[in-house]
Amino acid sequence: MGKLFAVIVFVIALLSAIPIITHSWFGSGISFALPEDISTHGHAIDEQLSDTMVEAGLSFLAAQFVLAFFVWKFSNRQANAEIKTFPGGAKGLVIAALVLVGTEMLALGILGQKAWAAVYFTPAKPDAIQVQAQAGQFAFYFRYPGADGKFGALHPDKIDEGNSNFFGLDPANDVDSRDDIVTGELAIPINREVHLMMHAKDVGHSFYVRELRIQQDFVPGLDLSVHFTATKVGKYEIVCTQLCGLGHYNMKAYLNVLSHEDFDAWMKQKASEQ
Amino acid sequence: MSDGAVQAVPTTADVVHHHQPPQGFIRKYVFSLDHKVIGKQYYALALVAVFTGMVLSWLMRIHLVWPNWPIPGLGLLSKAGAPGGVMTPEYYLSLLTMHGTLMVFFVLTNAPFAAFGNYFLPIQIGAEDMAFPRFNMMSFWTTFLAFCILIAAFFVGDGPPIAGWTSYAPLSAVGADAGPGQGFGQTLWGLSIFVFCIASLLGSLNFIATTLDLRTKGMTLSRMPICTWAWFITSCIALLAFAVLLPACLLLILDRVAGTSFFIPAGLVISDRLQPHSGGSPLLWQHLFWFFGHPEVYIAILPAMGIVSHILINSMRRPLLSHRVIIYCMMGIGFLSYMVWGHHMFVSGMNPFSSLMFSFPTLVITIPATIMTLIWLGSLYGSRLRITAASLFALGFVSMFVSGGVSGFFLAQPSIDIYLHATYFVVGHFHMVMGVAAIFGVFAGTYFWFPKMTGHMMNESLGKLHFWLTFIGTYCIFMPFHYLGLAGNVRRYSAFVDDFLVPLIPVHRFITIAALCTGAAQLIFLYNLIHSRFRGAPAPDNPWECTSLEWIMPSPPPFDNFGGKHVVVYHDPYQYGVKSSTGDYLMQNSPEQVEA
Amino acid sequence: MATTIQPPETESKEPRLDDGNSGGGGLRNLGPTDGNLKVLDDFSPEPSRTGVWVGLAAITMSFAALTSALIVRQSTANDWHHLTIPSIVFFNTVVLLASSVALEIARRRIAEFARGKNPNRTTPLVWLTVTLLLGFVFVAGQYVAWRQLRAEGLYLASNPNSSFFYVLTAIHALHVLGGLAGLIRVTYILRRPVLSLRRSTMDATSYYWHFMGILWVYVLLVIWIKL
Repeated sequence: MGKLFAVIVFVIALLSAIPIITHSWFGSGISFALPEDISTHGHAIDEQLSDTMVEAGLSFLAAQFVLAFFVWKFSNRQANAEIKTFPGGAKGLVIAALVLVGTEMLALGILGQKAWAAVYFTPAKPDAIQVQAQAGQFAFYFRYPGADGKFGALHPDKIDEGNSNFFGLDPANDVDSRDDIVTGELAIPINREVHLMMHAKDVGHSFYVRELRIQQDFVPGLDLSVHFTATKVGKYEIVCTQLCGLGHYNMKAYLNVLSHEDFDAWMKQKASEQ
Repeated sequence: MSDGAVQAVPTTADVVHHHQPPQGFIRKYVFSLDHKVIGKQYYALALVAVFTGMVLSWLMRIHLVWPNWPIPGLGLLSKAGAPGGVMTPEYYLSLLTMHGTLMVFFVLTNAPFAAFGNYFLPIQIGAEDMAFPRFNMMSFWTTFLAFCILIAAFFVGDGPPIAGWTSYAPLSAVGADAGPGQGFGQTLWGLSIFVFCIASLLGSLNFIATTLDLRTKGMTLSRMPICTWAWFITSCIALLAFAVLLPACLLLILDRVAGTSFFIPAGLVISDRLQPHSGGSPLLWQHLFWFFGHPEVYIAILPAMGIVSHILINSMRRPLLSHRVIIYCMMGIGFLSYMVWGHHMFVSGMNPFSSLMFSFPTLVITIPATIMTLIWLGSLYGSRLRITAASLFALGFVSMFVSGGVSGFFLAQPSIDIYLHATYFVVGHFHMVMGVAAIFGVFAGTYFWFPKMTGHMMNESLGKLHFWLTFIGTYCIFMPFHYLGLAGNVRRYSAFVDDFLVPLIPVHRFITIAALCTGAAQLIFLYNLIHSRFRGAPAPDNPWECTSLEWIMPSPPPFDNFGGKHVVVYHDPYQYGVKSSTGDYLMQNSPEQVEA
Repeated sequence: MATTIQPPETESKEPRLDDGNSGGGGLRNLGPTDGNLKVLDDFSPEPSRTGVWVGLAAITMSFAALTSALIVRQSTANDWHHLTIPSIVFFNTVVLLASSVALEIARRRIAEFARGKNPNRTTPLVWLTVTLLLGFVFVAGQYVAWRQLRAEGLYLASNPNSSFFYVLTAIHALHVLGGLAGLIRVTYILRRPVLSLRRSTMDATSYYWHFMGILWVYVLLVIWIKL
């Protein structure tokens, strides 16, 4: 039965690797590939991911194959078969682990921080488009500052969803908020940096756009923001990834990356709808 | 009061404390002070919890792929949660919360640690019982109380909480406004975990004091079996971790019922109501929770590593390449486990520099885990491996630990976590290490120690069948989770309606079928357990030819373990591959001298 | 490859003291019939000694968690309203520290009594009772402190400072009550006609009680500086 174990481990390891290598579910046409990267910082992340995949994949296969091989060879031996020690003994293995894993981890960690820094350690450009996103049970809303370039203040007590006052603006008393543009979809121009301010209305939520390689939690009480630049026109899903209640599975919006002309037209249209 | 009778200085040897056998049903089987009975009670509780948790997972998986199919009986459990047997989104989240809570606390902390540890730690060090038998009894019954409080959440007005086992604030802290289940159900959750922390602290206290103080003559720390070391290190970790979760739960309960604002900031509008709290920090909850939560997962895996090491050595008929290295690695993992909690919070809004700071120890913790894996593999080389149900599960553990561990490489890096956070990749990772590997440790321990605990042998053929079905089944369930995660499949969704998720549903269907089949296979284990308890072949004292002290006792052991005799230990616990009067092994208490 | 074998030990030799911690396996209560207690030389400490240090470690960790919660909470919002510490708190502090002194006196008297140097059992009992009384006065005084705060309109949820004040002092007081239970138990054992109070039990209970005093000084410092 030891040999059966070896065979099964070997087969499972191989089968497990197939969807990783082919990026699909065993020829069914269902793709597991990363969605196309439409961001400027994403390729560093993708590279890091594939480097890690190679290292993790090789470690996985090596360990499973060794397990299978040793169980095949050393199970159900004769009662008086000689007990042998692995060459190098424990000391060799400790050194191997320290050297191999140590350098691997160090490399991944040091190289990986560049991709992280690109997203988080660089401030938004001063001419980035300012948009505010508000996450609440169970929808995203977005706000543009309008012609005056300033956001009006938020008044939680004035929130009135029935009258589409999602952000709790007070245009009667607050001049800055009069020209704010509130929408249900996040439209941005291509190749222009966007500075997304993130406000949570009630509980924790998260902003996730796979193609943008961006994920960031909304934390009630904290002023968080992310910045990114989209490089391809199209409609992409924004989904909530932080458990926020019963509607969590359905909480989404669309990121609409437009050409500059289309974006200007869209803004004009939205401004007139306010 | 007579002061004339001056007594001699009481020494420890003079204090007379006769150890009488327990009398009466209640003392023997209910409020027992015997660590062996308490160990079995923990095991039974874990068994109930794991089957409950497993059924919950079936319900969840069925709902994900056949959402409109009415599940028979579910409507009876909750009219509001599943009208006509069709699950609502909030009920899905309730089941998800209860599944996680039951499994992490009542199964993974109980079975490998409290159950086997309570039963075998005193025996393996040659002691008569734990250091504080009354605390031991209290710790079990307090755990049981926590379990009852948790289960009660199923039956209260609004149902069980929906905030996940991680119970993030403010969702978990504001109260009923946040959604169904967030009223009394969530408070019961907080109370249950609070009580569980107390129980766990009492248990850890016992383990530590027993290991340090009650070792028998000749049983130095370095002669303790690896599983004893694992239980000892785990109890040290648990002591400090649960001591942090305890006040965290208290603060959460206060936010919910007393109007405080530890975790709730100002200006929240939930269900059209402006919440009356202000100034609190949701991130504070996350820090406190994960400061406990990360050591908790090592509490779940370390005992399994110890049990598997012990069983592998016995099955291979040779010691591991190095006893000391394994123990130092376990200590290293325990120590490092306190430095990595922020890796659950990379995109949480905490300082991104902190994220990098947490990433490095997370990567470093790979090193002791790798060393242990290499030692297990390297020790297989040249061994005389015996294949039994127990050793199959131990070998399966190694395979599962590798699989679960390598996905950690990805999640340890913040830049990659941007994409993989909160996807099924994470769910696959922790299920493989905790839900499978740690459980394999429990299975291995069960098949190995059942003869000693009950005096009957389990059915080996059924055990091996159970292994094959479970090994293949769990790979079929949890490997695909990683692929789904790479595609960006978000977790904790009660339905897959997004454009990019709908095409993945066939994969989920495969997983659900695998889960139901693997679940059914566990009934073989349950049957084997119960049938063998009453009808299994009588077990000899030492069916596996094992060297540690539990095997010198009759099966099952008498109430006072070593029959009042004083065990003396002469060797380390892994004298295998020698030529002795007993065969190729030497018991720890045998004064015999052999050549290597 | 087998590890090196240790030569078997004969019963008459001293047990090996590799790390000083192998001993009677909890069987110290069963002496051999030939009266040769040397065989059972017990080099391991009483479990209650280890137990109390372990317990104190857990309590320390809990208060460390509360302290960091306090520090983080202070930095998240601008609603930190410093409160005046109710005057009775200082009196309570003196009472608690005095109870520690009383306990130490009691402990030394008990040791004298047990060693046969002093046949008087009343003195240690009196000092134990004094300790107990002072302990109860402390808890009562804390309750008065809470009432003083309530009179000022500061309740549990009034502001974060009051929240932490109540939480810290209440959790501490709860642990003090536990310590009082331990002291009551020790008093009962001391009153038995045959002295069966182990030194380790007395020591463990005392260490716990003194720690309550030290912990209180720490909590007071935190309250003073932060709240």
